[in-house]
Formats: sequence, C-alpha cells, structure tokens
Amino acid sequence: MSLKRKDLLSLASLSADEITLILETADSFKEVTGREIKKVPALRGKTVVNLFFEPSTRTRTSFELAAKRLSADVINFAPSSSSVVKGETLLDTARNIEAMQADIIVLRHSSAGAAETLAQGVKSSVINAGDGWHEHPTQALLDLYTIRQRGMNFQGLRVAIIGDVSHSRVARSNIYALIKLGAEVRLVGPPTMMPCGVEKLGPKVYHHMDEGLRDVNVIMMLRLQLERQGRALFPTIREYSRLYGLTAERVRLADAGVIVMHPGPINRGVEIAPDVADSLSSVILDQVANGVAVRMGVLYLMSGANS
Amino acid sequence: MTSPTNQPPERKDEKVIMDAGDISRAMVRIAHEILERNKGVKDLTLVGIRTGGVHLAHRLVKRIQSIEGVQVPIGELDITLYRDDLALRKDQPILRKTSVPFDMTNKVVVLVDDVLFTGRTIRAALDGLMDLGRPEEIQLAVLVDRGHRQLPIKANYIGKNLPTSRDEQIRVLLEESGEDDRVVILKG
Repeated sequence: MSLKRKDLLSLASLSADEITLILETADSFKEVTGREIKKVPALRGKTVVNLFFEPSTRTRTSFELAAKRLSADVINFAPSSSSVVKGETLLDTARNIEAMQADIIVLRHSSAGAAETLAQGVKSSVINAGDGWHEHPTQALLDLYTIRQRGMNFQGLRVAIIGDVSHSRVARSNIYALIKLGAEVRLVGPPTMMPCGVEKLGPKVYHHMDEGLRDVNVIMMLRLQLERQGRALFPTIREYSRLYGLTAERVRLADAGVIVMHPGPINRGVEIAPDVADSLSSVILDQVANGVAVRMGVLYLMSGANS
Repeated sequence: MTSPTNQPPERKDEKVIMDAGDISRAMVRIAHEILERNKGVKDLTLVGIRTGGVHLAHRLVKRIQSIEGVQVPIGELDITLYRDDLALRKDQPILRKTSVPFDMTNKVVVLVDDVLFTGRTIRAALDGLMDLGRPEEIQLAVLVDRGHRQLPIKANYIGKNLPTSRDEQIRVLLEESGEDDRVVILKG
C-alpha cells in the first residue's frame, strides 16, 4: 500500500486504507520525535513552503517543525508582507514560489476549495492546512492518531463531536474519516450550528448534550468561535456554556475510559471546564505533540509520491 | 522413508546455498566469534537491521545466552529514512519502527544483517545508529557476504562468503517469516 497522490486536500477523498497508511507512517515518526536527536535525513534537499493566508501559530509551527525534522528546507510565506497586498492572485503567488523549486506547498486559506484550486495549477505537492469551512485533514489525522495511540479500535467506536459543527473544518474532516474507519459519529450542538443535511454523511445529530454523550468513547470538543458570536448563533455565551459546555459531571455520562479532545485553542470555562481540560482523560496536549509526527508522516508520503 | 518437511521443491533457476543446518552452524560460530573478539558479554549489545537482520540478531542473542548465560540487550533498526535513494524511488518504502531500548553510549554494538551487498544499507544503518547515541564501537555481522561493494564497508563476522554476479539475487528465507530456513541464489 502506498499513497500515490500528488496532494493531500481532504480526507473525504482518501480511502480507509490510505488513512491507515498515514497513521502507521506517523507511528514511525512518533518514535523519531521521542529521540534525543529528533532529525532524520529523509527530505534532505527538498523545499517545503508554508503558505499561510490566515493567521495560525499552532499549525504553521507544527508543519515547520515536521519539515525541519525531516531535514527539508522550510520557507514561511506571510502574505501580509508580500505581493499579495499588491493584488497578486493565489495562483500567481504559488507559481512564483514553485519557480523557486518548492517541492511541497502547505496552504492555509480562508476560502473553501483554495487548496484544490492551487493543486490544479502547480506541479508541487499541495497539502491543505485548512481551507475555509471545508477541511483540515492533518488536524483530523492527528486526532485519529491520538485515538489510536490510546489503544482504541475505530470499528464500532462511539465518538461525539460537540459544538459549532457548521463552521468547523476539523469536524468535517473527522466526520469523513471516522465514518470510513467504521466509527459511530454523533454530532452535538444547537440547530443553528449544525450543517443542513449532515445526517446524510452518516452521523447522528443530537441537540441535547447529555443524550449525545451517553456511553461515548471519545468526546471531541470544538472551539466556540467567539469572533462569530455576533452572528446570533446562540443568545449568550453563558447559555451556550450551560447547555453545551463539557463539565466533569457530563464526562461521567460517557464510557468510563473516555478521552476528551480539543483542537485548541481552548476557551476555558466556555466550551470546556478547566478541571476537565486538565483531567487525566484529557488528551489535548497529546494531540499537539502528535501533530508533529503526523505531519512528518504526511510530508514524507507526499514527498515520495512527488519524485 | 523420508522425513516430513515443508521445504518446497527447488526451482530450476534457484539454487540452495545454505540449508537450515548451515545457517544454524553459522549462527553458533558467529556467536562464539563475537564473544571471543569482545572477551565476553560486558558492554555488548546487538542491533538487527529490519527485517532479516532482526531475526538473526534474536537468534544470536539466544546463542550467546546459551553459551554465557546472559541475555545481551537487543535493538531493532529501520534504515528506511536514512537511505540514499529515497528521492529516486517512485513509491514510498514502508516505514517500520526503530526500537533500541537501551543507551548505546560506551557500548559495543554488533549490527546484524542478512546479506551484505553494496554496503549502502550498512552506511544508512551507521547513520541511524549515530542519531540514537554514541557507541564505543560498532561491529558488523552478516549471514552472507555477496560482494559488489560500492562503499568501503567490511563485515567483522560472516556466515558465508558468496561470490556472485550482479544479476543474481540472494534471498535469505527464515522460519520467523514463515519459511523454512535456507539461503538461495536466483539467476537474474
């Protein structure tokens, strides 16, 4: 089994076998990240460009670290200080970067489909690091990796994804991947935060948190995007927190071995209570640590397919 | 009456160079040579190169234990990330985990592989080991040395020297991989 693709744009387009291959490859890199010398020469001579049109510290740093640990040369491209402000298009920017012999372009963009458009226009491999509300494949892959690391089997696994599913590219990538791998996915949140017809993809939708949490093995909290609060998706943060905030009491409704996940950054006391975020069942920091190994795996596999 | 065996009939283009007995005797001899050269098991460790080398390293550890009564530490090394032909390959090679669960600093590491050919695998393994620690000394044990070196690498312990032509293939088949123990040469 190999990943014979030029680009990684979404998890919707990957098969269960391809997803499993990425997770198994990440496993090897997890061992590398645990060494004293956390560097291998696999991508020596390759150039990785982080092209981030949206601000992101966590994902960009994670990709940068992953590429550097594979011995690639890394360029971080900040559109705010580039020709983009002079009116250059995304494709022209990318073609200029490609002309500088970039092998892999990691793109974050506020528009859904930007990564796909870019991939069609350049020869370099394109990795989607989040495009609008569409997908964020590597974040979902590190979530899956973290679940697997806890010895959980996806077949029959009950996973609750809680919060603003509509605006969450992480949730969308996770829904596609978890269902492909055989998990039962529950979406929990107010109707204003549920995409229309999402049930057709396979998940069950719950509007009452206590019902959605019952006996689940994994709780995936989504960040409450406070910047969107002005759009009247719910009356007040306090009410949202009361109805959909994860408290220790609610965690007890889930399976005894439940793990609590969050893509970060967390709003303590809003979507997640501080004692839950810091509890033994929380794997939030594991997710961050695993992000580097998973992205090393993705960069490695993309680099192989590109040669 | 013939003894029951799973040994498949020899193919026309395949010649058995070592059978199970030959491999077993080579392992015993190499185990003794390792102990003799290193004056016992003090500071001795073994690291097998995945996949064949790992099986042989485990066998050597067992042999050494039966002689000295001590189990020496054993590690497993995947050299894929250190290969010098990664950029030339169309498909990604499958990665397997490296596991060296002991500190190699100031230890003698006997690197174990099944076949020594161009020397590029061993070069990659040496790079991999150096990233994991700083051994006092690295020695090399192989079951078969088939020649055609492209790098200045020489084994300390050799099961069998086997002069070959470039177009021949050597396959080491081991019980651990579900085969009967044997080394075969295939004409190209």
